Amino acid sequence: MTDVPLVVELTILALAAFLGFEVISKVPAMLHTPLMSGANFIHGIVIVGAIIVLGTADDTFTKVVGLAAMVLATANVVGGWFVTDRMLGMFKRRPEPKREPE
Amino acid sequence: MIALTQTTVNLAYLVAAVCFVVGIRFLASPRTARTGNVVAAVGMTVAVAFTLALDEIDRYAFVASAMAVGAVIGVAGARLVRMTAMPQMVALLNGAGGGAAAGVAIAEFNRLVRFGDLPADTLAAILGATVLGGLTLSGSVLAFAKLQELIQGRPIVFPGQQVVNAAVLAVAVALAVVAGATEGTGWLIAALGAALVFGVLFVLPIGGADMPVVIALLNAFSGLGGVAAGFVLDNNALIVGGALVGASGTLLTLLMAKAMNRSVANVVFGAFGQLQVEIGERAVDGGTVRATTPDDVAVQLSFARRVIIAPGYGMAVAQAQHETRQLADALEERGVDVKYAIHPVAGRMPGHMNVLLAEAQVPYTQLYEMERINPEFPQADVALVIGANDVTNPAATDDPASPIYGMPILEVHQAASVVVLKRSMRPGFAGVDNHLYFHEKTTMLFGDAKDSVLQLITAVKAQ
Repeated sequence: MTDVPLVVELTILALAAFLGFEVISKVPAMLHTPLMSGANFIHGIVIVGAIIVLGTADDTFTKVVGLAAMVLATANVVGGWFVTDRMLGMFKRRPEPKREPE
Repeated sequence: MIALTQTTVNLAYLVAAVCFVVGIRFLASPRTARTGNVVAAVGMTVAVAFTLALDEIDRYAFVASAMAVGAVIGVAGARLVRMTAMPQMVALLNGAGGGAAAGVAIAEFNRLVRFGDLPADTLAAILGATVLGGLTLSGSVLAFAKLQELIQGRPIVFPGQQVVNAAVLAVAVALAVVAGATEGTGWLIAALGAALVFGVLFVLPIGGADMPVVIALLNAFSGLGGVAAGFVLDNNALIVGGALVGASGTLLTLLMAKAMNRSVANVVFGAFGQLQVEIGERAVDGGTVRATTPDDVAVQLSFARRVIIAPGYGMAVAQAQHETRQLADALEERGVDVKYAIHPVAGRMPGHMNVLLAEAQVPYTQLYEMERINPEFPQADVALVIGANDVTNPAATDDPASPIYGMPILEVHQAASVVVLKRSMRPGFAGVDNHLYFHEKTTMLFGDAKDSVLQLITAVKAQ
């Protein structure tokens, strides 16, 4: 890895972090749990790394470690998405207007 | 299989990154939030699909079978877990992500020392991903165990703890450096082991009520681990994804700490924990509390115009969220205005109460954040506290000697009358006397929250 890509990657990191803070600060406290769970889901992008590692594995050690990483990453992605979706599906507005007292 | 170049795949990663950011942006409102999750999923799918189509990938059998196993675990976990166990689930998923990052780093280290070369910056990234991923994995598993009550929720402290913890972390880093110097994968695995130990030691002294901060912090660490893994593989999707998660975790950690009026260091390094162990031993005494009956409370509630309900961890433990909503419905049928006051650290993770009440089909328009609801307590006729303790304790504003002094609280004591649903007079998590209970406006309804609320519903309907 030469220096040029490293500087570019650091730039991407800095911008992503700033953007992240901006966008996340707009999430209301009420949705902080789905935010954590959704962020967990996004962290599942590490599955891409696992695919690359396992997909090019030549020796046993890499295959074993890669397999473990792959299972964990997939559980992270799939579990994270479904948990978030399930939670978000529960937040509803009042379905009909308040009834008047008798 | 289609053979794609790295450039094409990088474009796919850009699409994924944009989708992630948009997905989070949509989380700004409950109306768009679910769509946002779908958008993020589209981004994830694009990234995964294009990666699978990369030129170099050929071990498809392994990849597919591992994915299948992980997917089954993920779906089963997500579908089966109860909402009251949501904090544990989030902790576990977080740990899985951290473990994956560490695994990726170690596997890549092995490949590079055997088949390629290992520049210093890649090595640093591998070190970071291994240590961060490892401590996230074990820390999250321990957090899961504490929340699931597999081990005691009280902080576990021992003399010289901070020194030991720091030493273990230093050992982990040192082992990783040795691994780089000797190009020995065994050393790196040892470093992972030390990081795993550190993760456990790190979470051990933290008490259950401080868990919201810790879970957010572990989220931040897993994000950093993901970023490091991204530098290891020169993978933009990982760098951006990890940065977003790290930012989210960091922001939530700071918010939670602010909501408890303690610094993050104070929460993490168990200073409060030590204090807690001593205070918890003292029985609550000094002053009388007034016990009441469901019938009396029902009268108060039915004739009120405005009732504010303050839920806490006790409601979660008793799984009384559905009954609480039924009580609110019964009151609303009688023309009572009902609102819910949600303290930011009520429960065991950020937004815990909101999720439980949403599950009970409380419309989210009735859920009010602390800053919005506090000015309304003086106009409320009855404040109904269900399983919340420290977040309602006026000692936080009145008593400079109190350990919780300075913490923002729900100002339930401003209501005309206060009813507290509690199992017994045993001290709550912080082991601190709650002055609210001895206040002249307050009456206590003792018993399990679910039972008490059910009795209240019956009594209110009989009015």
